[in-house]
Amino acid sequence: MSIKGKAYLVGAYEHPTRKAEDKSVAQLHAEVAKGALEDAGLTKQDVDGYFCAGDAPGLGPLSMADYMGLTLRHMESTDTGGSSYLIHVSHAAQAIAAGKCSVALVTLAGRPRSEGSSGTQPRSWGAAVPDGPFEAPYGIVTTNSYAMVAMRHMHEFGTTSEQLAWIKVAASHHAQHNPHAMLREVVTVKEVLDSPMVADPLHRLDCCVVSDGGGALIVARPDIAKRLKRPLVKLIGAGESPKGQAGGKLTLTTSGAAWSGAAAFEEAGVKPAEIQYVSIYDSFTITVLVQIEDLGFCKKGEGGRFVADGNLISGTGKLPFNTDGGGLCNNHPGNRGGMTKVIEAVRQLRGEAHPKVQVKNCGLALAQGTGGQLGTRHGSATLILERE
Amino acid sequence: MLSAQDRKIPAPAVNPENKAFFDAAANGKLVLKFCNACKEFHYYPRTLCPHCFSDQTEWRDAKGMGTIYTYSVLRRGVPVPYCIAYVTLEEGVSMLTNIVDCDLDAVRIGQKVKVVFKPTDGGPPVPMFTPV
Repeated sequence: MSIKGKAYLVGAYEHPTRKAEDKSVAQLHAEVAKGALEDAGLTKQDVDGYFCAGDAPGLGPLSMADYMGLTLRHMESTDTGGSSYLIHVSHAAQAIAAGKCSVALVTLAGRPRSEGSSGTQPRSWGAAVPDGPFEAPYGIVTTNSYAMVAMRHMHEFGTTSEQLAWIKVAASHHAQHNPHAMLREVVTVKEVLDSPMVADPLHRLDCCVVSDGGGALIVARPDIAKRLKRPLVKLIGAGESPKGQAGGKLTLTTSGAAWSGAAAFEEAGVKPAEIQYVSIYDSFTITVLVQIEDLGFCKKGEGGRFVADGNLISGTGKLPFNTDGGGLCNNHPGNRGGMTKVIEAVRQLRGEAHPKVQVKNCGLALAQGTGGQLGTRHGSATLILERE
Repeated sequence: MLSAQDRKIPAPAVNPENKAFFDAAANGKLVLKFCNACKEFHYYPRTLCPHCFSDQTEWRDAKGMGTIYTYSVLRRGVPVPYCIAYVTLEEGVSMLTNIVDCDLDAVRIGQKVKVVFKPTDGGPPVPMFTPV
């Protein structure tokens, strides 16, 4: 069974906060749920499916459905880190196609900024994690994990720091138009290279922001979507793939996007060259470069040349990306960037992005997420969306 | 110039499945799991081979020699800079580790390295690597 055309994204909402010292995590989940329902023109009573990941407190859907007062007949809490929410959209479409729910709510929220989270500190997943004893003693953290991918990519393909910097430059060109973005100043390649070295070869400006906030999506059955007064955004393809260390046979310069992307393109029946807008998870500049290659927008190893010279800037480049400013400049709520990737893709397809970055007649968009760490193990998810 | 410096190394969480690895490390030996069904090494060590899922795995002594596959020196947000790396062992598998006892600014991909063992904070020592 294909999910092509079986569900529509009818609601999307990004919390405006970037620092939520005075809010609880559960409250943020509820606020984004309310925002997405209002965006769709639906109410809480219309929701019969709920999807959340590890950022939801307590026992995920049990705690949150009770907190929000949801009456459900379908729930799911797949957690693949920052890519979870793209997978949730795909699984919601599957559930809708199977008749298990008709209106699915997906939420993400977190307060890492208020709680002092940093990409240079270790995160623990508990003593039972099998890889932990072989990794934690060596000080693996988010920044040096992705930095090892960048270092290897530079070694294999001659990718340069200047080329990586262009990804941040493009994101900053978009963020200047987003009043909610954390970093709104346009930066230059030189400014990225002159920012402090965090983990060789990644500078501070190669890294995403740490922000509080969240986002929510509403996925609905086609007949319900068509009754609403919003532009129709249809899911036409989806793919997901975990990728790890393969028992020690490392291929760090390839991400799971090579498989999740291929699956999504096949289901959608479209080719990379037809995509008019991409949201690509940008925890770091290198994250974007590797995924662009793996999705087939250029050949493996040619990502550096592809992203250079403003090729990702809306209006001038061939592949406009992350027109909200992305995680690199706008928002990375809960240290999980997949949700905002889908939200900006929906805005583009509706024609509701900022006029300065709106892609003209945007009819076909791709949202790509990875979660976990590219340097160790991660989950990749790809969605292809079409304006109807 | 940065030199490798002592960092408080978190103790590994030893469990029944991985205990032999850390017991060997305590005796100054690096051991790997080898699968007698598919004749492949794997890392990190498991009871069931992640390549073929056979239970015919056994511990074998590794030579303790390898080359740096990739690395990064973490310089910000930590008390002491340190070098994380993947080292590809002569047995063919790559392992996450640290490069120590050397000039961290001189570390390069492709460098030949050999195993050394470093004490952890209240646990068994862990294998790290230093340039040959």
